[in-house]
Amino acid sequence: MTTIDTALPQTPTAVRREALYFALRNGKLLVGLGVILILLGTAVIGPVLLGRAANDYVGLPMQSPSSEYWFGTNTFGQDIFVQFVYGLRTTFEVGALGGGIAAVIGMAVGFIAGYRGGMVDEVLNMLTNIILVIPTLAVLLIINAYLGIRSVGVQALFIGLTSWPWAARAIRAQTFSLRTRDFVDLARLSGMPSRKIILREIAPNMSSYLFMTFILLFGGSILIASSLDFIGLGPTEGVSLGLMLQNAHQWSALHLGLWWWFIPPGAGITAVVGALYVANVGLDEVFNPKLRET
Amino acid sequence: MRQYFGRKLLIYGLTFFMAVTINWMIPRFMPGDPVAGMLARARVTQPEAVEAMRAYYTNLFGFDLPIWKQYLNFWAALLHGDFGISVWVFPTPVSTVILGAVPYTLALMIPAVLLSWVVGNRLGAYAARRKLLDNSVLPIGYVLTAMPYMWLAVILAWGLGVVAGIFPVAGGYSFAMRPNWSWEFLGDLALHWTLPFASLFLVALGGWAIGMRNMIIYELESDYSNYLAALGAPQRLIRRYAFRNAVLPQITGLALQLGVLVAGALVTEIVFSYPGLGSLILKAIQNQDLFLLQGTFLFIVLGVLIANFIIDVVYVVVDPRTRAGMAGAAA
Amino acid sequence: MSLTVTDLKVYYRTLKGEVKALDGISFSVADNEILGLAGESGCGKTTLGKGLIRMDGRMKHIGGTVELDGETLPIGDDARMNPYRFHKVSLIPQYSMSAMNPTRKIGKMVGELVRSRGVKLDRDELHARLDQVSLPREVLDRYPIELSGGMKQRMVMVISTLLNPSLLIADEITSALDVSTQKAVAKALVGFRDAGFVKSMIFITHDISLTYQIADTIMVMYAGKLAEKAPAHTIVSAPRHPYAQLLINSLPEVGVRYADKRLSGIPGSPPSLLDPPSGCRFRDRCPLAFAKCAEEEPPAVEVEPDHFVACWKA
Repeated sequence: MTTIDTALPQTPTAVRREALYFALRNGKLLVGLGVILILLGTAVIGPVLLGRAANDYVGLPMQSPSSEYWFGTNTFGQDIFVQFVYGLRTTFEVGALGGGIAAVIGMAVGFIAGYRGGMVDEVLNMLTNIILVIPTLAVLLIINAYLGIRSVGVQALFIGLTSWPWAARAIRAQTFSLRTRDFVDLARLSGMPSRKIILREIAPNMSSYLFMTFILLFGGSILIASSLDFIGLGPTEGVSLGLMLQNAHQWSALHLGLWWWFIPPGAGITAVVGALYVANVGLDEVFNPKLRET
Repeated sequence: MRQYFGRKLLIYGLTFFMAVTINWMIPRFMPGDPVAGMLARARVTQPEAVEAMRAYYTNLFGFDLPIWKQYLNFWAALLHGDFGISVWVFPTPVSTVILGAVPYTLALMIPAVLLSWVVGNRLGAYAARRKLLDNSVLPIGYVLTAMPYMWLAVILAWGLGVVAGIFPVAGGYSFAMRPNWSWEFLGDLALHWTLPFASLFLVALGGWAIGMRNMIIYELESDYSNYLAALGAPQRLIRRYAFRNAVLPQITGLALQLGVLVAGALVTEIVFSYPGLGSLILKAIQNQDLFLLQGTFLFIVLGVLIANFIIDVVYVVVDPRTRAGMAGAAA
Repeated sequence: MSLTVTDLKVYYRTLKGEVKALDGISFSVADNEILGLAGESGCGKTTLGKGLIRMDGRMKHIGGTVELDGETLPIGDDARMNPYRFHKVSLIPQYSMSAMNPTRKIGKMVGELVRSRGVKLDRDELHARLDQVSLPREVLDRYPIELSGGMKQRMVMVISTLLNPSLLIADEITSALDVSTQKAVAKALVGFRDAGFVKSMIFITHDISLTYQIADTIMVMYAGKLAEKAPAHTIVSAPRHPYAQLLINSLPEVGVRYADKRLSGIPGSPPSLLDPPSGCRFRDRCPLAFAKCAEEEPPAVEVEPDHFVACWKA
């Protein structure tokens, strides 16, 4: 597309402005982002407004949804809406923390392996591949069962420590292709240290890609955490959407017909993760013109 | 090609080695006395049984031996197929308990994974760059793939099981039946199998469809597609080529997704009390049966490694480039 | 007259408006003629090449006609254009290295492609053409990845011309090759014309010296318009348009040591085609520009037989 390139000189600001232009017109991005912001707002502000602890016993058990208890109550007389709001908060915490840790490890490994090449790459690649094939959940089962995870933070930490390999692999491949580009060569020739080259030259050139990787890791962490919670290896303090599902299942919500107990937590997880994925596709279309629908 | 498989096998060997080592290390380097903890939490009431178990486990951990010897003994036992004795169903060997559950998990996973992969790929390929279909396949795919496996399982169990009463919602077969080879029993098995299968299939389906759709769009933009189009080749041919090329990364994707799929199968089984490894894990956790849990862990790792290797072989068969001895899939 | 293009306009739709990449160009190519199309990046030569066979999604046919062997080509209508592709108009793309499906054996792919266009593959003919470009017949049983760059290039040339098209568009096909391979490829193209595999050819390149070696006629484009079109030796030895003159002068000459004499480029850059200036589009960079150049656009005038120049001073 030489024709276009010369006709419209692409300065960084122009690229950014163009990205913004498409971002504001991308339905997927806007819908995804909108849903995330609404849920995030609920998770952040909700608990303050409610003024109740998550597991308070507030009224009669097994009440169906009403104006007083929006999502009804469970068999213990706990307000499911209150639990939902607190659970949503936990979900975001696990996602941000687990996804964040995984992203940091993935980037470090990916950048170093891709930029250094050679022996370092071989070793890191081997490590990545080994952790990649071990089923994450199975490892977490063992760790959590012995450690007896108490807090959301520790749960997220272990999720982060085990779910980075695919990200590392993807980032390595990207770094590898950027490594031989002129501007990187130039920086190298001018004597810039490797760390600086990675942070100043390589990372900014794939920032959109890194951000999308983080989003996927975020969603992945949430799903893994919910599975752990459901198996009974969730945090023993507080409440999470996965724990709500586990409780509902364990206390026969299914057979008692308490649909308001198990629908909201799963819907919450699906909404958060789904919105993240959809926003991610939107971002992809914004940054990758080939995918835009014409 | 030999190098390709050699590398893969090395990785799988190292992975298994690491898994076994983790398995060995965790109970030993955790604070506290694992035997006492396990027995205290295990619901065993008869004093003589407790004594027998204590003697057995202390011997098994072999705490009086040097660390390296404990480690070697652990491997030796493992290679003899000895995973220890279950606490929950004392004194059944863990391997027996696991082998009883494995067929259920495999019967659930293999059809669900393969079918969802095939159908999802077809669906995604068909939807790509076809506006109307894309607009329905894409959102449904995203909702499905964002669902926690157990939630769809719970909803199906509730809707089709409890409310509609079409399918049973618990167990691998009816309580009233004894396993045998009669048609009646097989029919009962199939009936119990349907819902767990359906929920596993549906969640996985969404991911494959979306992945394929994106891959096809990418392939349709590729040079060889443009060349074919410039020479006036019909869309059918271009799409067929694109599909064939897009399937290759999806095969790799299958290997990458195995861990997630296993996790999905485990929680789905728990929802339906399906007597596979997932339910076993739940029992092991509830009864603090760490031997059973560790044995199951090793079994799952082994299963995933074998599946990975099978996928590698399939990849070589399908992608001519690896066969031609040229640049192949990254190891 | 094999190909006649009259006042062709093809624009790109972009965010900021329409880029007038090809803004009213007229020329013709005779039977057995190889037309070399030269100009710097962004002059519209690739747009012209694409426009004649298959426009991409953002290109729009604004006006003008293209006539091939007496038939008007429906270039703006993708579906109606399809019967002409491959049979009448064919393309050797820029991206020959990746033009073949990586997961099909080449022979099988060719068979499927040809059959999909309703033609039965003539194996003997295919073999003869492989011989012509000195490719061993075994390549048909290989995957593209097993071929070298030059082999892939020649294979694509064979595929593109298999149905004996009237018009062949070769778009920057040599830019990815080293100099010796470039020559071989250029020669092979001439061979194809001489053997009658193709009637006429448009050879698009930014490399005038290479064009000179194979083209009968050279057309120099600037900013979406024709600047000068003349027999190859005329363009090289006596260009009339100031842009063509500067372009020719900027070429290195054999025997000259450039340590002593600096190679000069053309100062300035082409105008934006989003909103091109009125009058002559080259005038900002033109050493000869005068008042009239800003007021009125110079038409392409036939200053002598087969020699067209769009310049007030020519």
